[in-house]
Amino acid sequence: MLKTLDTFSVGEAGIVKTVSGEGRIRRRLFDMGVTPGAEVLLKKKAPLGDPLEITVRGYELTLRKTEAACVGTEVEA
Amino acid sequence: MKKFALAGNPNCGKTTLFNALTGSTAYVGNWPGVTVDKREGTYKRGEEPVSVVDLPGIYSLSPYTPEEVVSRNYILDERPDCVINVVDATNLERNLYLTTQLMEIDVPLVIALNMMDAVEKNGDKIDAKELERKIGLPVVQISALKNSGIKELMDRAVKVSKSGRKGETVLKDSPIAHLVRDVAISLEGQKVGAPLFHAVKLSEMDEIEVQMHPELVSTVDAFKATFSDDTFGNDLEAVVADARYKYISANYASVLTRKQKEKGRLTKSDKADKVLTHRIWGIPIFILILFAIFHVTFAEDFLYLSAMSGGSLPTLFDAVEEGGLGWEENAGTTLLACIYDGALFSPGVIVTNLLNWVLDWINVGMGMACENAPAWVGGFVVDGVLGGLFAVLGFLPQILTLFLFFSILEDSGYMARVAFILDRIFRRFGLSGRAFMPMIMGFGCSLPAMINTRTLADEKERTSTIRVIPFFSCGAKLPILTAIAGAIVSHFGVGNAELITLGMYLLGMVTAIVSVLLMRSTTMRGDVPPFIMELPAYHPPLFKGLMIHLWDKTKHFVKKAFTVILASTVLVWFLSHFSWNWHYLEDEVMNESILASLGMLIQPLFTPLGFGSQLGAYGWIFAVAALNGLIAKENVISTFGTIAACLSLEVVPGLEEGVGEAVAMIQATGITIPALIAFIAFNMTTIPCFAACATARAELPKGKFKWTLLFWLCTSYLVSMLVYLVGSWWWTVFLFAAALAAAVAAIVLWAKKRPAGKTVRTEIPAEIVAEAAVSDEKGDEK
Repeated sequence: MLKTLDTFSVGEAGIVKTVSGEGRIRRRLFDMGVTPGAEVLLKKKAPLGDPLEITVRGYELTLRKTEAACVGTEVEA
Repeated sequence: MKKFALAGNPNCGKTTLFNALTGSTAYVGNWPGVTVDKREGTYKRGEEPVSVVDLPGIYSLSPYTPEEVVSRNYILDERPDCVINVVDATNLERNLYLTTQLMEIDVPLVIALNMMDAVEKNGDKIDAKELERKIGLPVVQISALKNSGIKELMDRAVKVSKSGRKGETVLKDSPIAHLVRDVAISLEGQKVGAPLFHAVKLSEMDEIEVQMHPELVSTVDAFKATFSDDTFGNDLEAVVADARYKYISANYASVLTRKQKEKGRLTKSDKADKVLTHRIWGIPIFILILFAIFHVTFAEDFLYLSAMSGGSLPTLFDAVEEGGLGWEENAGTTLLACIYDGALFSPGVIVTNLLNWVLDWINVGMGMACENAPAWVGGFVVDGVLGGLFAVLGFLPQILTLFLFFSILEDSGYMARVAFILDRIFRRFGLSGRAFMPMIMGFGCSLPAMINTRTLADEKERTSTIRVIPFFSCGAKLPILTAIAGAIVSHFGVGNAELITLGMYLLGMVTAIVSVLLMRSTTMRGDVPPFIMELPAYHPPLFKGLMIHLWDKTKHFVKKAFTVILASTVLVWFLSHFSWNWHYLEDEVMNESILASLGMLIQPLFTPLGFGSQLGAYGWIFAVAALNGLIAKENVISTFGTIAACLSLEVVPGLEEGVGEAVAMIQATGITIPALIAFIAFNMTTIPCFAACATARAELPKGKFKWTLLFWLCTSYLVSMLVYLVGSWWWTVFLFAAALAAAVAAIVLWAKKRPAGKTVRTEIPAEIVAEAAVSDEKGDEK
């Protein structure tokens, strides 16, 4: 099932398929290891529901929902 | 001398390694981006001394933030003899991503596998030998923290630095290998240094490279026209990033053996996070921690014991009398009075009291020593020098206590979580949670805070942040707060010093928020910058590291006290004791002094703020103190100290240094409470000290500094006028509300007419590109 990262619920995991978004954000996501094929897990949401904390390539990364929306993933249904 | 550079991801331990190598005590924190400029030291334990350069942490060599450009340019242009790539072994995969880029530059490279102790503690294993074999570069296991493996690392680095190294790329098997090779060959033909690196970056259409080698863009374009990858189309940037990670996963996964983890088992860091970033409790816990820090540092009624007992706790004097011991002023009772007097003092206040006791003792001793000297000598030593100096030094304990707590929060990794918790709120103001870090550092000192804004990628966000940093009241402004708040309480008998201090800190923060909002909707418009940040694992702060921070801070403060502040207190004393015709004036006729006449000249300017012409004979002192604060904020209270000591006004005994002097000022001028608060507000939000101004000038984009000065001046004037007028005549609040409403309406109307351009956020500031291009050219010529 295809799904963007911002629609994940806490504890949900998936494999990154696409990374879209404007140049700088996309570049940053790549550099931080969010590339196609990487496994991502939504670890938690900040107290106000945004930003998100994800586990990717063995470490914790935080990003906003708007940035997470650029990450398309394949989730095991 | 050979030159080695340390490069690696943020927060991977470069600075700790740098300190271990050079024996220096550079600042280390547990959040990404503590080092934002390069710094140099010397390693002396080898056969020959080696110069070591600590570069800012970077995730990649793409030029998106100023500190990435610093690191990139350094490696390309300065041509270090060897690059030591510090790799966090607990996070091997992402750290090696940078390694694959560094490999492409023609420079000897050694990999320092850091934090191996943490890996072993987790029960994981990394086969360093295997890694070395696969990667084809020397790999040395080290623990910068425990100082192990350092010698071997340097020996191997020296060895590889003797022979050069040709760049290699991991893109050899990727679909764009041809393109990279072709571009590299043309670059090599042009005698460009590190052709392979530039070729890869050019293929990615890196903005700096495109500017430098426009003639080769057509080659890339031609390739793109015919190229189509199954997943990425002709998006070469994605192809390259993907190829790097694919290479890493394929080759290095085998060197790492993770301990079989029980499903759902939480690490200590996870457990701490469960509480500290809890959905509901996260923000209250943060506020509670801030409050606790302020309480421990400033509370005159620790744990509210006195308030809870309904004020029934006896004062020390009563307690001794009741005990039938008879009151006697001696060392024992004075010592006790430092800790308890009707209420238990907080640790911060106790240490302050103890220090002030010692300072008083020195002051009295010096006074006696000067008894037989001419009157002006005693006056100069006791009032001119010691009075001002001690009024400032007396605050050192509280500054250090506050600083200690902030260091603990930072070292433990909690500050990064605070950015995570607060991002949602910061976004409302057009900033990212990352801007929180420099702001909170501003509570310590504006200088490192302003430099730290380099971790912000967006130029407009940086400018706005630098401008509001002084509003986060720094350590040097603390004496103004505590002295005047203490004086208000002891003279007028109203309020609570701790609450007033906290309130002023809040006022500064509110001013910062309002200014950012205004700037982001007028002169500094742009989209909210992205917030993509690593959350480092928590670890307990190291005692040694904390002590290093504290020692640095103490050294800095004491040095400043004995140089800039001492010089200005002496100057204040001279100007206040001589008239224009160079006659020595007795203390009582200070109003005829040079300083007084200068003060009186500018005094009317402060009338709307409450500390101008409406004050009595000595009202000029406030104007002079504020002016003196422009050199160093400590001078505000030291000016009070110097002048109060001379006025032979009854400096109320038994009060902390500074507070007594402020009380004397109140008695001499008859200033009101709103005016006093306005005075604090003015000093807190006005142009910061000289050193901070110089830093701001260096960090701000060209041409922005003069506007920033004007901004500080206007803001402080407006804020303190608001405080004074509303505090004195409450109904004026309506006038300000109306003015604010009009301003907001005007901005909204203006904003509608000129929608912010969407392009703003993608722009790399032209200066950075130009600068990078210029230095790249230099590098090529070498």
